[in-house]
Amino acid sequence: MRAEAVRARRLARVEREVDDVRTLYFGDMLCSLASPGQYVMVWAPGVDEVPMSLSTIGREGLSSVTVRSVGEATEALCGLEAGDEIGVRGPFGNGFSVQGTSPLVVAGGTGAASLAPLVEEMLGGGVEPTFVLGARSVDRLLFRERLGRLLGDRLVPATDDGSCGFRGLASECASTMLEERSFDIVYMCGPELMMASVFAEADGMGIPVQASLERHIKCAVGLCGSCGIGPYRVCADGPVFASDQLRTVRGELGRRRMGPSGRMVEVDH
Amino acid sequence: MRVVENGMSQLSLAVDLAGLRLRNPTLNAAGVLGISSPLLRRVYEAGAGAVVTKSIGPRPRAGHPNPTVSAVECGLLNAMGLPNPGAGYFAEEIRKLKDVGVPVVASFFGESVEAFAETAMVLAEAGADALELNCSCPNVEEEMGMLGADPAGVERVTAAVKGAVDPPVFVKLTPNVADIAEVARAAEQGGADAVTAVNTLLALAVDADLRRPVLANVTGGLSGPALKPVALRCVWEVAEAVDIPVIGCGGVSGWRDAVEFLLCGASAVEVGTALMTKGLDVFRDIPEGIRGYMEEQGFGEVGEIVGLAHEG
Repeated sequence: MRAEAVRARRLARVEREVDDVRTLYFGDMLCSLASPGQYVMVWAPGVDEVPMSLSTIGREGLSSVTVRSVGEATEALCGLEAGDEIGVRGPFGNGFSVQGTSPLVVAGGTGAASLAPLVEEMLGGGVEPTFVLGARSVDRLLFRERLGRLLGDRLVPATDDGSCGFRGLASECASTMLEERSFDIVYMCGPELMMASVFAEADGMGIPVQASLERHIKCAVGLCGSCGIGPYRVCADGPVFASDQLRTVRGELGRRRMGPSGRMVEVDH
Repeated sequence: MRVVENGMSQLSLAVDLAGLRLRNPTLNAAGVLGISSPLLRRVYEAGAGAVVTKSIGPRPRAGHPNPTVSAVECGLLNAMGLPNPGAGYFAEEIRKLKDVGVPVVASFFGESVEAFAETAMVLAEAGADALELNCSCPNVEEEMGMLGADPAGVERVTAAVKGAVDPPVFVKLTPNVADIAEVARAAEQGGADAVTAVNTLLALAVDADLRRPVLANVTGGLSGPALKPVALRCVWEVAEAVDIPVIGCGGVSGWRDAVEFLLCGASAVEVGTALMTKGLDVFRDIPEGIRGYMEEQGFGEVGEIVGLAHEG
């Protein structure tokens, strides 16, 4: 079995997370060997195939992806039930690398999907992260229970409307945390404007960052270039980028991204 | 072998491809990382002799929906559908590459003879050192037809492009024809300065569990090791049919493959699918491997190897 070939996987379970977010569980040997931060190409047969971070890496059981319904493919995936089949390629990409002893993890929206397995790996290695979990409101805080069980009061919710925890953006909450406490590395995944803001702040303080970026992934094997950001391919060089790489692409990060034709378009979230 | 005064052998990997001077005989294949100047610059810095852009058309195209790629036995299947930002927009990417001294081969296409010529003019004007005429993409046949299968059409479009631009024009041939030599001769007749052999082989993958074709486009182009013996045969036949240089393409994964293409008559090789497994290091490893082969076998210049197998 090759990671680069499409293989059919039957959904063992589908769980409703918050509002329009579903977690799809399936058994897959290659996914069970993945690293936190790696992604798979998930195909809704007859619709489209999209990149999805692994939200569970089932070392001895089911793995999962967590999908918010935002377009044709994700809507189709969110409508699937146990017993339905999807196509899977991967896992692909580099994933996070655990460093430091006092990490700050920042998640916005569905960014928590790729960061939850990272937290599990950190805790397994005796590292206890502080986790800023951002969303518009309390009813959209993804994995609040799962992360709360793992982290206790090291989980810091941030909601735009103040309905839970810190009132304001995840980036603002992270900024406060960086000023008030001492961290030796920052991990993040979420809206690019959030990541650009947190990166600028952490980099200014000399704190290394690993950020999981998103671009238009087509081949997923480093050939076509559709996911290019500066000299990097998000699909194969990333999706996780470290501070020196983020500095290289500072002109694009949070500003512009390659659209489907290769023309640059503005980053708006 | 030439010997210089200090007694060290002087060996050159440089080749002259119809007037385009390359520091070594490797290029990336069209469609591989050619969508932006920073990615192509990286290909050049990794070691390629020159870079080939994604096939650029007159207007922006988003290409086909996913899945656009899937691995198959000994190769890769793709149907990207010629996504590109349009010649006017891409001209700036070529200028950026020329600003830093990267030799650029601009791959291009059009849906009519006029569109081919107009697109070529925009890319030549932007500074492309050579042009690669893509009349052989297997994945847009419903929209554009397979021009590359029609010798008269290939001759006509080549002549139109040659009449419109100054840089050398390479014509990229399709293997999906009964007689590739005939099409190569048509390109030469139309004034082509070189031919590239070959584009991908029309193919299909179907999933037994999902009971449907894997690619959204249903059919796609086969590349990688599975294509290599077909591509070698094509290079062989084309090299016997024309007097212009041949650029080999199809399943080149290492230096031995590259040498095999040279022996069959290619003056240079394009590398694509190998990047999936070997990364950009292939552009360092292949020239180094060719150098080692030349040292061991006593060759001083790449040109000495080209076509040698035909004499055997």
